[in-house]
Amino acid sequence: MIAQTLLAAAEEHGESEVSGADLILPAPYDLLWSFVIFTIIIVVFTKFLMPKLQAVLDERAELIQGGIEKAEKAQAEAAEALEEYTAQLTAARAEAARIREDARVEAATILSQARKRAGKDADRIVDTAQRQIDAERKQAIVSLRGEVGSLATELAEKIVGESLADDARQQRVINTFLDDLEATVKAEG
Amino acid sequence: MGNLLAVAVRAEAAGEQTKSYLERLFSSDGFHAPSIDEFFPPALLWEGTIFEFNRIMLIRVIAAAALIGVFWFVAARAKVVPGRFQSVVEFMLDFVKDQIVEPVMGDHGKKYLPFLTTLFLAIVFFNITGVIPFLNIASTSLIGLPIFMAVWVYVLYLGQGIKKFGLGGYLKNNLFPPGVPKFVYILLTPIEFLQVFILRPATLALRLAANMISGHLLLVLCFGATQYFFFAASGALKGMGAVTFAAGAAFMLFEIFVALLQAYVFVMLSTVYLNMAIEEEH
Repeated sequence: MIAQTLLAAAEEHGESEVSGADLILPAPYDLLWSFVIFTIIIVVFTKFLMPKLQAVLDERAELIQGGIEKAEKAQAEAAEALEEYTAQLTAARAEAARIREDARVEAATILSQARKRAGKDADRIVDTAQRQIDAERKQAIVSLRGEVGSLATELAEKIVGESLADDARQQRVINTFLDDLEATVKAEG
Repeated sequence: MGNLLAVAVRAEAAGEQTKSYLERLFSSDGFHAPSIDEFFPPALLWEGTIFEFNRIMLIRVIAAAALIGVFWFVAARAKVVPGRFQSVVEFMLDFVKDQIVEPVMGDHGKKYLPFLTTLFLAIVFFNITGVIPFLNIASTSLIGLPIFMAVWVYVLYLGQGIKKFGLGGYLKNNLFPPGVPKFVYILLTPIEFLQVFILRPATLALRLAANMISGHLLLVLCFGATQYFFFAASGALKGMGAVTFAAGAAFMLFEIFVALLQAYVFVMLSTVYLNMAIEEEH
């Protein structure tokens, strides 16, 4: 009701040479000025302003990209260094273990060699001592044989009071005596 | 109430305007219903020629100057580390890139991004004059500018499509979409023809202009009624002014939203049409 009245009033009021169709049919001047204004905007923006702004945006993107790349590189380097360090550490540990093992083996060898040498030395000493003992015993036996023979002869001469002129008989008596003596010594050990 | 208004309108029709601007600002010479005359203001210069320059043309020039001025200001001082103002401007650029062009066209869109961004910014600035005090009418509410922008998009997508597929290939792609049984083309081809050659540009232009026209009429209606109720009506009717004023304020906020929304819709559809024209397969 209100709207109708108002519209009716407006139609009466305006001398309206424009009609509703004019709202969708552009007047030539409308198109002309639209063309001029819009073209200016498009040209100024696409030729000057957008490239300028885009350049700044690109530069920023590049900076950020560069920063990211730098960080990535640093990280890669750190990882590489860590890997290298770990590898070195592992190698060093292996080396230490090897050296310890070598030392143990060497020590064992030295020990066994020493033992062997000591054993040999001991054997030799014992051998030498044995031989010396044997030689001394033989010497003792020889000297004893001589001394005991003459002593016994002297004793027998003194006891018998006569010279046992017969050397052959004398020698036979002594030998018999000494053989008995030797047998007794051997039996005793 | 309708009768009261009608009487007021009739009474004022005969009234003459001899008062000063200030006097008229705080008085009412009756209720002026908004009409399509709003969009055909008297010429300022070169009346009757193709160069006729009226208030709406002036507003377009102002909007264009503001747009170029703002971006010139920012572009001249653009830094890698942006300030607050540059951030706002970059937000608008990124909005077109991230919300419209890249989701629709992907990497193919790079080539058209400067144009589509400019189109978006231009429509926003032309639309927003509808709610700026003293300008008070959207530059796009006069059909010429929407038509011109739609034609630009139309020529662009036809041109790009034909450049890519050749005239025959382009027509075949668009009028005989593959993957459809042959007899369906009897129905489909005329529809597609209408779509590609007439409906797309026409709806682009009409949607934008119609939104701006209706927005302007709504605002004029609300504030015109407010003026009348406050200064011409008597008694309880003055209270109605508060209602119409509140409605006007609400519509003003709504018009800001519509200004942005219509710019988004126009550019989004342009991008989609462009993508359809250069896409390999539908």
